[in-house]
Amino acid sequence: MAILEVRGLMMRFGGVMALNAVDMDVPTGQITGLIGPNGAGKTTLFNVINGMLEPSSGTVRLSGVDATRFPPHRRAKLGLARTFQRLELFASLSVRDNVRVAAELAGRRHIKRAVERILTRVGLEDVADRTAGELPTGLARLVEIARALATQPTVLLLDEPASGLGDAETAHLASLLEDLAREGLAILLVEHDVNFIMDVCDSIYVLDLGEVIAHGSPDDIRRNPLVLSAYLGAS
Amino acid sequence: MQDLLTFTIIGLSTGAIYAVVASGLVVTYTVSGIFNLAHGATGMLAAFTYWQLRFDWDLPAPLALFITLFVLCPLFGMLTERIVMRGLQGTTEVVRLSVTVAVFAFVVGLANWIWPSDASRKAFLRFFEGDVVSIFGINISWHKIITFAFAIGVAVVLRLLLFKTRMGIAMRAVVDDDSLAELNGARPDRVAMFAWALSASLAGLAGILLAGEQQLNIEPLVLLVVNAYAAAIIGRLGSLPLTFVGAAILGLLDAYYLMLSDESWFPESVFGLSLTGLRASIPTLVLFVALVRRPVTRLRSDSIRVRETNREPQWRTSVLGALALVVVTIGISGMLTRSNTLLLFNAFTLAIAALSLVPLTGYAGQMSLAPLTFAGLGAIAMAKLPGNGNLITLALTIVVVSAIGALVALPALRLSGIYLALATAAFAVLVSKLVFNQRQTFQGGNISVPVLDLPLVEIETPRGRLILISFAFALLGLAVVSLRRSRLGRRLIALKDSPVAAATLGMNLTGSKLSAFAISAGIASCAGALAGDKVSPQQFDFMQSLPVVLLAVVGGVGTVGGALIGGMLLGGNSVLATAVPALSNVAKIAPGTVGATLGRNPEGAASQVADAYRSLTDRWSLIGIAAAGAFGIWALENAGLISRWSFFISGVVWFLAVIPNLVGIADAINARRVVAIGFLGLGMSIAAGVDWNTQLDATGKRLIAIVFLVGVFGVGAQRILENAPRMHRRSPDMAGMTEDFTDVDINETEKNLGVVL
Repeated sequence: MAILEVRGLMMRFGGVMALNAVDMDVPTGQITGLIGPNGAGKTTLFNVINGMLEPSSGTVRLSGVDATRFPPHRRAKLGLARTFQRLELFASLSVRDNVRVAAELAGRRHIKRAVERILTRVGLEDVADRTAGELPTGLARLVEIARALATQPTVLLLDEPASGLGDAETAHLASLLEDLAREGLAILLVEHDVNFIMDVCDSIYVLDLGEVIAHGSPDDIRRNPLVLSAYLGAS
Repeated sequence: MQDLLTFTIIGLSTGAIYAVVASGLVVTYTVSGIFNLAHGATGMLAAFTYWQLRFDWDLPAPLALFITLFVLCPLFGMLTERIVMRGLQGTTEVVRLSVTVAVFAFVVGLANWIWPSDASRKAFLRFFEGDVVSIFGINISWHKIITFAFAIGVAVVLRLLLFKTRMGIAMRAVVDDDSLAELNGARPDRVAMFAWALSASLAGLAGILLAGEQQLNIEPLVLLVVNAYAAAIIGRLGSLPLTFVGAAILGLLDAYYLMLSDESWFPESVFGLSLTGLRASIPTLVLFVALVRRPVTRLRSDSIRVRETNREPQWRTSVLGALALVVVTIGISGMLTRSNTLLLFNAFTLAIAALSLVPLTGYAGQMSLAPLTFAGLGAIAMAKLPGNGNLITLALTIVVVSAIGALVALPALRLSGIYLALATAAFAVLVSKLVFNQRQTFQGGNISVPVLDLPLVEIETPRGRLILISFAFALLGLAVVSLRRSRLGRRLIALKDSPVAAATLGMNLTGSKLSAFAISAGIASCAGALAGDKVSPQQFDFMQSLPVVLLAVVGGVGTVGGALIGGMLLGGNSVLATAVPALSNVAKIAPGTVGATLGRNPEGAASQVADAYRSLTDRWSLIGIAAAGAFGIWALENAGLISRWSFFISGVVWFLAVIPNLVGIADAINARRVVAIGFLGLGMSIAAGVDWNTQLDATGKRLIAIVFLVGVFGVGAQRILENAPRMHRRSPDMAGMTEDFTDVDINETEKNLGVVL
C-alpha cells in the first residue's frame, strides 16, 4: 500500500475537466515523477492532494487515512508537505526563521538544532540571516524545500524545484532528493527539465488534459508513443 | 392590507436608492479591485453640492442635476482615480482600503468645512414636493416614482453599457486580466478612470434621492449609504442583478420593521434592553449575516507580491525607545498647560488604539475597522468591573475584552481581506447602535472611568495621568515587540506573508487569526480603560475608528513606532484645530490629505525614518556629524545662548529633518547638495534662532511650528535631493552585483550602457 494513494480523482471547473479519474500511488522510499504539457492539470492535482481544492469526486488517502475532506493543516499533521511553483515564502522573515516557523508548526523538539541541520543539508547556511523576500529565485526554491523538510514529512510534493537553478545546484538537488528517498521519504515531483526527471525518478506518471495517459519507469515513458504525441505533437 | 401595500412601496423605494449606490460600489470594485469606503461620502458631497446649486443659488432642478451628476461627480471620480487610486497595484488590501478611508476623511472634512452644521440652511426639497399620485387607492409621492424610475434607468443603462458599448467590453476585459486587455488595445488606466467617474455619478444620484427622503445632514447620509454595502455583498461584489435583489430586500425589511413597530404589541425593550437602535441596525445585521454566510475564502497560490516587509524589532532599540518616550514625556509634561496636557493625553489614547492594530494588521495582515469599539468596551468594563479601577480591574478588563474580541471574530474568521474588514465595520456599527446606547452601559450619556488606582503611587493631576499613559504605551509597545519576536509573532507574520504556505505547513489559520484578534482587542481595551475621565459613546463610534485606522497605516502599522506616530498625528491634528482656530478647517481635511500619499509610501512614515537612520550604519563621519550637531544644540542651551523651547524645537528638527538627509547630502550631485544644505541650514537657524517664548506664546502653536519646520525643511530637502542614494533593500545579486548598490550606481551603469543620456 502506497503512503499517498489517489483514486478516481475528478476536478471540474465549470465545464472544464481539470482532472479526470486520476489514479496515482506515491510509495515510500521512491521518487515519483509527474510530467505533462502546460495546462495538463499537474498543479491542480497538487492543490487537490494538498487540500487547497476540494475534488468533485474521488479520494486522497494519506498513510491509509482518507484525507479527502481534510483542510491543508490537518494533512500536514498526517505528514504531507509541499513546495509551490509560484514561490510562497514568508518574505518578511529571515531564511532561518522561515525554516524555524515550519519546525515550530510541526511541534518538533530541539528546534534550534533541527533548523541548523536542515539549513546545512539544503545548502542555505550562508544565507540563513538574509530576508527571504530578497533572495533570487534559485535560492528561494531551496528555502521552500528546507521549510517543507522542517515539518518532518513522510510525503513531499515538489512543484518545479529545479527551475531557476544552475547546473551545479540542480546536481546538488538531485543528490539531495535521492538521499531523502533513501531515508524513507515519498517524493512526488513535477518538473519541466526532462533530463532531471528521467535521472532521479523511479517511476513517472504522464498527465495530459487531466488524464493519466501513461505510467511506468523512465525508460518505458521515453519510448511510449502516447507521451511523444502529447509532448511533441507528433502523430 | 392597505398598510402592507403602502409599506411595500416605501420599502421598494428605499431599496431602489440602495440599489443605485450599491451598483456604483460594484463597478469600481470589479474594475480596480478597490472597495471604496468613501462611496457613501461621495454621495453625501453630491447631495450638498446639489443643494447648493438648486436651493441656495436657485438654479432650475434639471440644470442643477445635470451639473452635479454629469459634470462635477465624474470630475471628482476621475480625480480620485488619477491622484489617489492609481499606483496602488502591488500594495496590500490594508493599504488599498486605508486609502479609501483617506478619501472618506477628506470628503467628510471638506463638507464640514464648506457647509458647517451650525449654519442656517434652507430646506432640501424633494422632486415635485407635495405632489402625490393615487394608484389603487394608495398615495405615492412623485419623488418615490422618480426614485423608481431612476433605479430602473440605472439598471438598464448599466446593462447596455457593460454589454453593448466598447467601453463596457473593455471594462469587462480589464476585470478579467488587465495586462492581457492592454495587449489587445484596451487602456486599463482610461477604463479605470471611466469606472470611477461612473461610480461617483451613481453615488451622487443616490445621495440626492436619499437627501430628499431624509434630511441634509452629513453623518446620516454617509452612514445610510454605508447600508448599501449589504446589498453589494449580497451581490457578491460582482453581480448587478443580485445586488438589486439585495437592495430590495433591505428596503423592504426596513419598511416592514417600521410598520410592525407601530403596532401596540411591539415591545420597546426586551429583558430590560432597549430596542431603539434596532431599526437603524437592520442593514448592518443583514451585512453581517451576508458576510458570514459567504463561502470560505479559498486558499490560492497566485497572490500578488506585495511591496512591504516587516522587520524584526531589536530589543536594544525598543527598550531605549520606550525609555526615551517616558523620559521625554515627563520632561515635556512640566512645560504644558492643562489643556495641552489633556490634548497630549488624548493623543496617547489614540496611539494605544493604533497600537492595537499592529499585531492584527501589521503582523497578521488582518484588517479591523473597529479599534475604538473595543476601547469603548474597555471603558465600560473598567467602570463596571469590581475593584474600582485598580490593577485587578484593569487585568479583568483586558481579559474580558480580549474574550469578546475572540468571540466576535469567531464567525468572521472564515473571511479574509475586504470581507473581514467589512464584518468588523458591521460589528462596530452594531455595538454603537445596540450596546453603547443601553442604560446598562453608558447610562444614556457619559460614564466616569476611574483613574487607575496604583499601589504606592497616587495619581490625581492631569500631568500624572499623562505620565501614566505614556508609561502604559511604552509597556504595551514592549509587549508588542516581544510578541513579534515570539513563536506566535512569527506565526502571525507567516499568516500575513503567505496564508497558503502557512496552512500547508500545518498552521490552523483560524486559530492564529483568533489569537491576533484577541490580543488586539485586549490592547485596544486599555485605550478606553485608562481614559481616567468622563467618556461618551460618541468617542468610540465607528466614524471615529476610521481615522485611527488610517493614521496607524500612515504612520506605519507594522511597527510600534508607526502606531505612536499615527496617534500623535491624529492627536496633533486636534491640537492644530484648538490652538489656531483659523487652521481648524485645514485640520478637518488633514488626515485625509495625509492618507492620500499612502500609494507612494505603503510602509508608512516610521519605516521611512528608520530607513534613513539605517543608511547611516557604518558611516562614522556622518554619525559623528549627527552627534556633534546634537551636542552643539545642547551646549548652546547650556550656555544660555538659546531658550529651552529653541533647544527643544531645534532638537526635533535636527533629529527628524537633518539627520535623515545626511546621507543624501554627503553623496548627491553638487548643485543640489548646496541647495539642500542651505535649506536645512535655514530651517535649523529658524528653529534655534527664533525666540519662541515671545514670538509664539501658546504651546500648541509651538508644536505646530515643529511640525512645520520638520515637514517643510525635512521633506523639502528630501525632495531637492530626490535621487539621494538610499540603499536599495533588494538583493544585489538579483542584478548580478555583489555589493549593495545605490541610485547613483544605477545612474552610472545606465550612462555607461548608453540607456539614458
